[in-house]
Amino acid sequence: MSEKKKTTSPEPLTFEQAMKRLEDIVRQMESGDLPLEKMVEAYEEGRRLLEFCSGKLNEVEKKIELLEKNGDEWTAREVSETELRAPSDAP
Amino acid sequence: MKTDRHDGRTDFLDDMAPRVPSTHEEAAPPVYSVSRITREIQHLLEGEFPEVWIEGEISNFTEAHSGHWYFTLKDEAAQMDAVFFAGARQKGRIELSGGGDTPRDGRRVQVFGSITVYAPRGRYQIVVRRMKESGIGALQEAFERLKKKLQAEGLFDPARKKPLPRLPQRVAIVTSPAGAALRDMLNVLGRRFPNLHLVIFGVRVQGTGAAAEIAEAIDGANAMRRSGERDFDVLIVARGGGSIEDLWAFNEEVVARAVARSEIPVISAVGHEVDFTICDFAADVRAPTPSAAAEILVGRRDEFDEWLRTRSRELKLRMEHAVLRIRHMLADLRGRLIRRRPDEVVQALRHSCELLRRDLVRALERASRERRQRLDECGATVRNTWIRRKDAWRAHLERLDAQFAVLGPEATLRRGFSLTLRENGGLLRTPEETRPGERLTTRLAAGSVSSVVIPPDAASRPRAARARRPAADPGQRWMEWS
Repeated sequence: MSEKKKTTSPEPLTFEQAMKRLEDIVRQMESGDLPLEKMVEAYEEGRRLLEFCSGKLNEVEKKIELLEKNGDEWTAREVSETELRAPSDAP
Repeated sequence: MKTDRHDGRTDFLDDMAPRVPSTHEEAAPPVYSVSRITREIQHLLEGEFPEVWIEGEISNFTEAHSGHWYFTLKDEAAQMDAVFFAGARQKGRIELSGGGDTPRDGRRVQVFGSITVYAPRGRYQIVVRRMKESGIGALQEAFERLKKKLQAEGLFDPARKKPLPRLPQRVAIVTSPAGAALRDMLNVLGRRFPNLHLVIFGVRVQGTGAAAEIAEAIDGANAMRRSGERDFDVLIVARGGGSIEDLWAFNEEVVARAVARSEIPVISAVGHEVDFTICDFAADVRAPTPSAAAEILVGRRDEFDEWLRTRSRELKLRMEHAVLRIRHMLADLRGRLIRRRPDEVVQALRHSCELLRRDLVRALERASRERRQRLDECGATVRNTWIRRKDAWRAHLERLDAQFAVLGPEATLRRGFSLTLRENGGLLRTPEETRPGERLTTRLAAGSVSSVVIPPDAASRPRAARARRPAADPGQRWMEWS
């Protein structure tokens, strides 16, 4: 319950926010004027942010889609790399 | 219609007039064979323009194995073929500033030569004999004009540039699906960036309408992102190398504006390193080539990996430092706290007292030792003085004793007299001095005799008077002094 109230919880953050927050935390810890309790909190939050960020690394699957305009609509189809890498003279 | 092969071989000057069918003499239009009309065109053109200067922009420049130069001269509305034979390119025939003697695409030049018609292909061309620089090409002018205009609007302002995401993952690529640009990018990404979601917006990248398609795709990607349909964290506008005409779509205002208003950060990767397009200026990042754009993505990922490792290290280090610092602080505090504890204060006082006491005792001991020493010294003096004096006295007394012995009663006693002493030691001189029962001592020369005074009535009872042995040696009194 108290976990949900915490604004420091990294889950709702965007990736960029998480990175910024993590840098802030490290800076704060560097400054050395955090009280012990805050220090431990900061460390814990930093660990969570690190996990969050490294999790992002593998979040997206390798995938290639080709979108082509059909009238007003873009229609998508998944394509293979080999299909796209087939030799062609087009620029 | 049959072609008159014979006519085709005749000098067309003899056949200037079109052939007229004999059966319909009055109104039928003349009918040319292809060869004849070509010959007539050839005659007209070559006759009219045996030597002419033409100004235009070079494109599709190629140098053949033979050394001949083939290129297209063009302006905004038209183009024509040109050839500059190797044998005709003598010194002084080419006046180009800057980039050496080889013209490049996009260069605006003036060429001098003859217009010739190449009948087999039905094409005309200029056979160049001289070539010189003619200032900035028209396309270049258009380019500069648009660049200036957009620059004045602040479209290329560095402050407008959006940073690329730290970790690009969902990438929109606006390019030709069959193009070399896409293949180059896939080559780089496929090798080094495994998990990436690529969405290719297939567009034409040259020719009429290409610019509009590119702009639409950029807007489309942004619309999808806004609606939440798809997410893109970076957009690449890409095209392989080509002439300035080939790349022209990327120099059009509609593309530049679409790039500038894109909410997704845009990497422009058009042509080769040397090709700069308006799209490049409007984009957030310019990549020299499509491969370089892919390298940027890969680089971001490598940087991110490094960033994560660094942060992880820092975080751990900071915590360790903090723990260490706090441990030191605690140790320091404990030390200070202990010094403040009441029992410790008492202890400390006690300790001080003990030290003081010891000092005091030592001082006292030292003082008393000194005093005793002095006393001892004094005592010795006194004793010595005393002993010396006692000896002197004894010697004196012994002398007196000797004199006394000579002068005293002893000598008299030795002659047979005696002395009777009373109990109080006094000499009994008259009977009246004594009283009955008193013990008298009669001293003789050798020893003494004790007697008791008998009352006059008991003088007849002789057993009452008993002689006694003397209690002590006469010399004894003197000896007690020693």
